[in-house]
Amino acid sequence: MGALGHYLEQEGIATTQISLVREHTAAIGAPRALWVPFILGRPFGVPGDAAFQRRVLLAVLRLLEAETGPVLEDYPEDAPASTAAADEAESFACPVSFGKAAAGDDASALQQEIAELAPWHDIAAQRRGRTTAALSGLSAEAAARFITDFIADPQKTSYREDLACGLALRLACEDIKAFYLEAVSAQPGQSAAHQAHEWFWRETVAGRVFLSLREACLGHADPSVHGFGSNNLVPRAILHTLGAVT
Amino acid sequence: MVRLADLPEWEREHMLDKLKNLSGFDSRPWVKGGPLRQRRVAIVTTSGLHRRGDRPFAAGAAATDYRVIPGKVKAGELVMSHLSINFDRTGFQQDINVVFPIDRLNELAREGVIGTVADYHYAFMGAAPIRQLEPKARQLAGLLKKDKVDAVLLTPV
Repeated sequence: MGALGHYLEQEGIATTQISLVREHTAAIGAPRALWVPFILGRPFGVPGDAAFQRRVLLAVLRLLEAETGPVLEDYPEDAPASTAAADEAESFACPVSFGKAAAGDDASALQQEIAELAPWHDIAAQRRGRTTAALSGLSAEAAARFITDFIADPQKTSYREDLACGLALRLACEDIKAFYLEAVSAQPGQSAAHQAHEWFWRETVAGRVFLSLREACLGHADPSVHGFGSNNLVPRAILHTLGAVT
Repeated sequence: MVRLADLPEWEREHMLDKLKNLSGFDSRPWVKGGPLRQRRVAIVTTSGLHRRGDRPFAAGAAATDYRVIPGKVKAGELVMSHLSINFDRTGFQQDINVVFPIDRLNELAREGVIGTVADYHYAFMGAAPIRQLEPKARQLAGLLKKDKVDAVLLTPV
């Protein structure tokens, strides 16, 4: 991010930026930066809180009026406790019977789990007027089938000729993950980001299937598939708890 | 982000290890400008955002491309194909403004806090090697000037 600031400013355009990792921004000497104490993925702090977002935006834009630089300021306001780490101790409601769904083989258990979540995903999509599970062009059921078929036969080719197999797998996985996280957000109870991710990776058939997919990818000859399995499938936090960091 | 001191040791080490790739930016470019109320502002994000149907971000040489986001884009048109799986996406799923604050920026323009909002905004994908972004960033500067932009809000994810 700071590098872009250097390049654009050298071309004559003033920049101001959000900093998520203060040490990185300080090292690169970004022209104007506001460090914010929010989780990665939420540079403006709080979804659905326009007033909070506005305060962050005004603070970072006002750096454009600084007389000299570089400027690196700290934003003084944490995200409200209901959306930050403090609420991670609250219970995460999940009424779907995943134990039942997990009874069969993984391929059919995954399809059953998706079917159980589908009504919740419909509610989430209606409530938000959108879904972000739209990268692969596949339905959640078709994306899941592609993944479980690939695990059964890793020589399976991409569902689209214009996508390398590693990219096709990544988009299918992103869509399934988005489907799950959007669906569970519609269920009763608080859904802190951390808890939603923990639920996905530790309690769902999909999380278990993704771990199996990683094993299939790591043994694959196609560099795009190997790279995906190695770097872009399972978060570092999950790999560390599994002792699977490479 | 939460403070590095609050992270688990393995994650803190991962973040600190990235510092070795950030040396060499020794110049201190600084462009002065007018008051905020006269600025024309564009957003440049490294969140891997794009419209449905745009080419998704990919690894390798394609990782340094950028995507164009029209200022009048609808929230439902935007998706995210960033390579990294190590950040939260549930905030973006709820509200694009937590990543791409286009509604807030338009509000500030209507209130006269900033001058105007650019016709076009741009998205890179932050997992790309930062030095390899230079040619595209300089190309982007030309496009921004054609749009009369004199202030860029850079935002990571």
